This record gives sequence, structure tokens and C-alpha cells, in this order.
Amino acid sequence: MKPQATPSLYWLTEPPAWRDRLRTLRALMAGEHDPDMAWREAVALAKAPLDFMRTLALGQAVQPHLGAHAADTVRLAILSTSTTGRLAAAIRVACLRRGLVCTLYEPDYGQWLQELNDRGSGLHRFSPTAILFATDARTAAGGLAPTAHVDEVGAARKAFVARIAGAWRMARDAFGCQLIQQTCLPLFTGVVGENEHLLAGSPANVIMQLNADVRVAASAAGVDILGVDVHAAQDGVAVWHDPALWFGAKQEISAAAAPLYGDLVARVVAARRGLSAKCLVLDLDNTIWGGVVGDDGVAGLVLGQGSASGEAYLAVQAYAKALAARGVVLAVCSKNDEAVARSAFTHHPDMVLRLDDIAAFVANWQDKATNIRAIAKALNLGLDSLVFVDDNPAERELVRRELPMVSTPELPDDPALIPRCLADAGYFETVTVTAEDRNRSSMYGANAARADLEAHATDLEAYLADLQMQLQWAPFDRINLPRIVQLINKTNQFNLTTRRMSEAEVAGLIEAPDVVALQFRLKDRFGDNGIVAVVIARAIAQGAAVPSYQIDTWLMSCRVLGRGVEAATLNVLAAQALARGARRLVGVYRRTERNGIVADHYAKLGFELGDLPASAEDGGFIGVLELTDFVPRPTPIATDQAAKP
Amino acid sequence: MTKNEIYAALADIFEDVFGRSDLTLKPSTSAKDIAGWDSIRQIDIILSVEQRFQIKLTTRDLDRLTCVGDLVRVISRLAR
Repeated sequence: MKPQATPSLYWLTEPPAWRDRLRTLRALMAGEHDPDMAWREAVALAKAPLDFMRTLALGQAVQPHLGAHAADTVRLAILSTSTTGRLAAAIRVACLRRGLVCTLYEPDYGQWLQELNDRGSGLHRFSPTAILFATDARTAAGGLAPTAHVDEVGAARKAFVARIAGAWRMARDAFGCQLIQQTCLPLFTGVVGENEHLLAGSPANVIMQLNADVRVAASAAGVDILGVDVHAAQDGVAVWHDPALWFGAKQEISAAAAPLYGDLVARVVAARRGLSAKCLVLDLDNTIWGGVVGDDGVAGLVLGQGSASGEAYLAVQAYAKALAARGVVLAVCSKNDEAVARSAFTHHPDMVLRLDDIAAFVANWQDKATNIRAIAKALNLGLDSLVFVDDNPAERELVRRELPMVSTPELPDDPALIPRCLADAGYFETVTVTAEDRNRSSMYGANAARADLEAHATDLEAYLADLQMQLQWAPFDRINLPRIVQLINKTNQFNLTTRRMSEAEVAGLIEAPDVVALQFRLKDRFGDNGIVAVVIARAIAQGAAVPSYQIDTWLMSCRVLGRGVEAATLNVLAAQALARGARRLVGVYRRTERNGIVADHYAKLGFELGDLPASAEDGGFIGVLELTDFVPRPTPIATDQAAKP
Repeated sequence: MTKNEIYAALADIFEDVFGRSDLTLKPSTSAKDIAGWDSIRQIDIILSVEQRFQIKLTTRDLDRLTCVGDLVRVISRLAR
């Protein structure tokens, strides 16, 4: 039989060379080690999407050594009716992932009532700060005949709940600590079928009802629930429960599910300590709507009924709104012109999120790490309570690198899967829902001043170098003509002159003499961004003092803004113009309502600014760059000419 | 999958389970040869083997394991 698919921690990111780093960590822990350094490394390794084997290996490596570390310590006792020994590493590693040291106490299974009762027991000496009651399904459903009368089943259910509620009371009286009750896995095979409920005493039926009973009782008693039944329903009971492991070792939770199980325990423990995330920071373009509002305009966004992806983006917004309704704070962090970004909220008829749902709204052209710092400051929240959601892997990488304490999930490509991903990651786990929670979001909104941006503290240079960017340029060609024409006619923001051209006009530039018409494709270690920039420069006719080329068009996709593409583009353009005998480049800036972000483009690249000839529109100017003494601009990007298609 | 490949993978698994990289595995190696190889470590080894080789041992297989050689035989039968 083929093994079943494994529930995975798919929202976490894989750091390079995990196994080598584990070996280093082992050596670090065994020798005279700097405890802080070992601790940071252990936490970093725990943030990988670990499977059972790697969880076990990391758990083994850190177990004897972390006790002495000063971090927040959880003393967790597992009172179980079956074996839990193989789950310990998963719980320990998942706590580590949240910056918590977990010390575990696991009495022999089935001994937990005695341990609770006996004041001299190991449990009392351990003095737990959290207790997990893990009741296996066979114990819970035991003692009933499938044919038992419905009243007898009802009485047995009551007795079961009374027993565990009694244990909760004893534990609370003795330790006054967090109590967690695990639900039962729905692992029984039905004997009736679809209408199993007709047989009141069938174990499958009893477990379903007991789980409902236990939730009611736990809620009344202030006990937190660990709902493994819900996860088993989502992933499949077969991946959560392995009968061979049960029969061989009496462990109810399968090895495959252990890493997720550990994470569920840790998130409930962390939630009770107030360590869950509090704020969801959303990117805008292609995250909560399809398209780029600055280029496509509000009317051009993909959002709402009528297309599958438009509805998927609606669902993303609806999920964020539902989180906000129960107390999660929402923020926006977008590379956009702020007025343009806000106009989508106020003018798009299908927007579910409104401006007053957003406690901090940051849209500008700075790097996102700087903006996220500003958001945390404006909301007076710790960076570790922020979750940053962005469709762009390069932005995610920058934020992970600069702000590792911010949770930045790997996002599914399909927007339809984003809500599920956020739910599965459990960032916003909460164990209480109060009236205050339901109002919290608006409280933050009222208090938060508009994010006041600090000077860059971000090591952008190292980040850009690490992207391993490569800019491939080529003269215009037939194959890429449609994309070039699209960029020329769609790009509004990073567009120096906003000259629109028909396909025939653009085609006329292919191999035209005295015209440098270039397309640029940007690749990085996350993949190919496609053609991101277009430049057209024409030789200025007779009359110029020195042979000159005028840059009629220079535009770029805002997706790659802030990566240094401009300088690399200029280096290619200057070389091409020089090769055609030019000694001077003349850049033109024509102001539009949308292109304010490139007003200082030529100044930044070292052009001398001057006025446009009188005939031109208001607000424009030219920039002049002498090529005779041109030194290529420094850039983190390698350039090369693309092979002819 | 060759015997050598299986032994190489088992070496990684034993390194992780026992936290030691100095173990040499032979067909005759059994619980009495490695300190700490108790019934719990036995389960760790089996679960790791199942995950590493993407196989599932039956209860019958589990009952027949006495040494590393037995484990290698089961793996070569089940893994492709």
C-alpha cells in the first residue's frame, strides 16, 4: 500500500543547508558554546518546514542543552491514556519555533489520575505551567456495546465528561495552570455506514458526540481545546492515525502528523501566553486584488464576481475582514502611490475591505522592511506579532532577511488558497474571544497615527546582491513585440514620457537605423520576471552640437522597483549609444498625473537637468548626460545580451 | 535501490536518532550493540525509515526485526 500524503508545515520556508547547520548546531551545543548563538540557530532551524525525521533530529540535538537558556520556559505535562513519547520532539521543536523552551513531563500512560491524586508524585514535583490531557479514542469510547440503548449511551457520555471535568478541577486546584484538552480522533470504522448515528453505541458515533460534549464542558471550565479531530477531518484520518503504530507501540497520533501535532500544541500554549500574532499586514497588488492598480487603474483590477480569480481575491478580503472582526488588526504595506492605492478602496465597487478596516495604511516606494518597522511602531506592536502577506517572493525574502521575527508565510500561487494557508499556519491562534477583541481593530485604527517612516535601517545592498539578478537585454524583436507594445501602452507610473505607440509603430523600430530600441528581461534566484523595462532612444537630427541620442521612452514595471534596474539599464543604453557614435544622451521627462515617482529619475542617474524647449508641456524637463567620460554606474545586477530568438 | 544506498540512508537516520555520527552499521548490528537502543528508539528508527524510503512496514514486518540486516531486507523488498 502506498503511504498517504503527509500533512506538512507548508507555510514555513526552507533555509539553505539545513542538515549541515544541524551538524554545526550539535557541535556547538556539545562544546563550549555561546548560548545565545546556539539558541538563535536552533530557533532558525526550527522555522523550516520540518518532517518527522528532521523534527526528531532537531529535537534530539537541542534537548539536553536548552534548559539553561533564559528564554521563556514552558513546563508542559502530558497526561495521556496512550503513548506520547514520540511526540515530545515535535512539541519541543514547535515551541522553539515560537521562541519558547519546553520542558516536558510524561508519566507512564494510564498513570495520570494517580499522578494527579498523589501530592508526592512526579507530576507534583514537576510543577507544570501547562497540562495537556490527551485522551485516546479507544479509551473514550470503551465499555459501550454498539447495540447499547440510546439512554445508556447518553449516561455514559455524561459520566465520561464528568470524569475529565473532575480531573481538570484537580489540576486547576493543584497547579492553577493552563489546561488543554485534546479531542478524540474519529478513527473508528463505521459498522452502519452513512447513517451511523442510527446505532447510538457505535464507537464512531460516540466519538463524534463526545467531541461536541467535551467542547461545551471545556468552554464552561475555561479549558483550552486541541482539536485534532478537525485536523484529521481536513487531512484524512488515515494520515493522522496509523493502525500499525497503534498496535505496535500504542501511539495514537501517526508519525507523519507529529510535526503538525506539535505545532498545534505549541500554538495553543503560546496563545495562552499572549504570543500569537496580532496584526495582518497585507500587500495590495496581486495579493488582495488581481492586477497593478497604478498601471491598470481601479477599473482594471481583477476583483469580484465574473471571474474565478476575481472571486478568489474577494475571498482573501473576506477572510481578512473576518479576522479583523474578531480582533486581528489589519495593515497595508504596498509599493504604490498612496492616493492611487487608497482610491481602489474608496472607488472599487467590489472591495470588501474598507479604509476604516485598515489600522495602518502605508503605500510608498520605500523598501517593505522599513515600512513594516514603521507599521509596528505606529500601532505600538512588537514586530514578532506581525504577519506579512505578499504574493512577491522577492519582497518576502527581503522581509524575512531583515525582519526574521515577522512571520512571512510562503504563499500559494493561487489566491484561492491564501485563506486556507493563513488558517493552517495558525498565526492568530486565540484561546479567548471577548467583546473587547471584537472592537480591538477599530481601537488600533483610532490610535494609530499615520505611519511615520524612519530612515533606512535595512541592509538593502546585501539583499540585492543576494538576489543574484541578471538583466538580459535585446533589441526589439518580433517574438516579444506584443509584450513590448503592452508595456508601452499600459505603464503609467514608471514611465518618463508616457508616449503610447501602435503595434505597427513599434514594429517599425525593429532594426531601424539611428534608433536604439531595447527590451530588458530581469531574472533573479526566484525566477524570471519577464520583460520589465523598455527604452527607445533616437539620434537627434542635424543641428546638435555633438552627436546625441534623445531618450523618447523609458519605462519599467513597478514590480521590480527598488532593485537597481535603472542603473543597469542606463549602462546598457549608454554602451549602445556610444557604439553608434553618440557622445551625449538627452533624457526627457514629461509630467503626467501618474508618473511622479520618476520625477527625479534622471537626476539620480547623474544627468544635468535643464528646461524643455518652450513648445513642450508644463512641468517637464530634460536631462543631459555626456558619454565621453561616462563611467558605468555601480549596480548589483549582471547584464548580458540575450541570444537572438 | 542498492544495499550501499540503503546503508548510507540508515547511517543518517541512526545519526539523527542517537545524535551520534560515529556509529558503524553492519548486518548483525542490533539493540545490544548501541547504547540507548530501546523500544522507543526502535520506533523512531522505523518511523524514520518509513518516511525516508516512502514505505509502510506491516505489523508482521515489525515483529520480525531483530537486527540492521533484517531492516535492510525489508527496505529492499518494499522500496523501489
